[in-house]
Amino acid sequence: MPEEDSLLAIRTQNLTRNYDGLCAVDHLNLAVNRGELFGFLGPNGAGKTTTIRLLAGLIRPTDGRAFVDGLEVSHKLLQVKARIGVVPERSNLYNELNLRDNLIFVAKLYGLSRGQREARADELLGEFGLAGRAGSPFASLSRGLKRRLTIAAALVHRPSILFLDEPTAGLDVPSARNLRAVIRTLHASGVTIFLTTHLIAEAERLCGRVGIIVKGKLIALDTPAALCAQGQGQRAINLVTSLPTDTLLSALKQSAEITRLSRAGDTLCLSVRSVDSAVRDVVGITQQLGITIEALRTVNPSLEDAFVQLTGLDVEALQTGKMLDNAGRKP
Amino acid sequence: MMLAQLQRAWHIMVKDMRTYYLKPPLISWGMLFPVVMILAFYMRDPSDIRSVAPGLIGMTVLFGATSMEAVVIAFEKRIGAMERLLLAPVSPAALVIGKGASGALFGTATGCLVWIMSSLFWDLPLAAGGVVLTVLLGSVTFSLLGVLISLLVREVFDAMALSNFFRFPMVFLCGVFAPLAAMPPPLRVVASVLPLTYTVDALRHLLLNGAGTRFSLVFDLGVSALFGAVLYVAALRLMYNRLEDLI
Repeated sequence: MPEEDSLLAIRTQNLTRNYDGLCAVDHLNLAVNRGELFGFLGPNGAGKTTTIRLLAGLIRPTDGRAFVDGLEVSHKLLQVKARIGVVPERSNLYNELNLRDNLIFVAKLYGLSRGQREARADELLGEFGLAGRAGSPFASLSRGLKRRLTIAAALVHRPSILFLDEPTAGLDVPSARNLRAVIRTLHASGVTIFLTTHLIAEAERLCGRVGIIVKGKLIALDTPAALCAQGQGQRAINLVTSLPTDTLLSALKQSAEITRLSRAGDTLCLSVRSVDSAVRDVVGITQQLGITIEALRTVNPSLEDAFVQLTGLDVEALQTGKMLDNAGRKP
Repeated sequence: MMLAQLQRAWHIMVKDMRTYYLKPPLISWGMLFPVVMILAFYMRDPSDIRSVAPGLIGMTVLFGATSMEAVVIAFEKRIGAMERLLLAPVSPAALVIGKGASGALFGTATGCLVWIMSSLFWDLPLAAGGVVLTVLLGSVTFSLLGVLISLLVREVFDAMALSNFFRFPMVFLCGVFAPLAAMPPPLRVVASVLPLTYTVDALRHLLLNGAGTRFSLVFDLGVSALFGAVLYVAALRLMYNRLEDLI
């Protein structure tokens, strides 16, 4: 094992995967350190799940190489599988089996002895707050609890690297919060976590580093703070007026200082080139239209701003999966 | 490594038996199907029941081994459970063996049930150890055929349709209801490439002292084993080549 690989949990070299002429992952070069909580951010269809499947050996690359825990995935597939845990986007345990039996069955697949698997199943059920439901069929659980058990199942063999594919997708707010707490605890225990998400806030809150992938290409890779700093050129202003009419919106859109405009309730969110010039424009426009400014404040650039600047995509694309640029065109 | 993989295959088999086979509907179907067939033939001609018993056992093995096996993988693909198996350090060979073993076990159990019932009621030889071997070989072959079918299709309904495409011609062409010797020569040629032919022929040797047989017992068992080996290799290759279709 090269020395550099001993420090890395995951490394890819020009990893590429095509599907019928469509490049799902395009010459991906990535390195994730051991013990890191790494976020892979991108809209639906960007190549996040394909990347996890390539790293887990579920699919074969068209080109390039992937190393997990220092082992080349295509050459040491079973050893790699024994060292990783994968939580797919869809909870995929057996509806007919109860929670404990599901964990015990997964433990059997990883070669744990009878004593080990029973103890581990009970330990995980306790850790994930599912001990009281140990005898319930998997089918009877809520989506949030199913997700929890699916994560528990991925940890049965104490993997050093855990892949989480959209872990909070489809969960209600309390379940998602609980799950994020579980992820933080796992990370604190030393597990390397590779997490994909289309939720910018989730990546910003959880991850030490974030890679942004669009159309199979890694277009940015850094800490959330550093990525936000890259978005410094794109400052933001939040504006609340007495009358946020369409006329006002149209007039603001005409300003060369305002690069993007969105509306959140009563607040207009403006991405601007220069705060001072933009404020002058806003004040001038509102005075012209006879509209009173009730609140106006500058906002530090967020990961969302950085995402928009780096990708040229509308943030809405992350939620809808439709990749449109700010002008509403497909890039 | 080999032993570890066989243990995983065993666990997959036990889980499948528990999840799919040891369920009241399938157990009752597995018992009801042969009982109804036996009664139907008995009512048609009570004196003839002994001569069709090998065919009924063979048919029971065929349906018992393939009924669930042909749809299990397609079903698990649909619910994402195949992905769960593929994420674990389980080799394709262990997957094929584990999946095939549950169907083979069920086929053997239902086939032996008909044999024991036939022996008790119609004075067929009970202490024929070769029957268990024949039924087991047939069950393994048909179960692997089920695995192969399940790997070929995407949907459960397609798997059911495709398994019937293979099963029903076999029921009519492989000497289940009438000895092969009574069939026209072209159909005998077709029958010679179908695995059920050799299961039924071997059972005629063992239960009817060779009445109506076409091949020797050793040949029947050898060809049955060969069918099993060929289907295992075919299923393994298909599993390896279509791993990505299973997720």
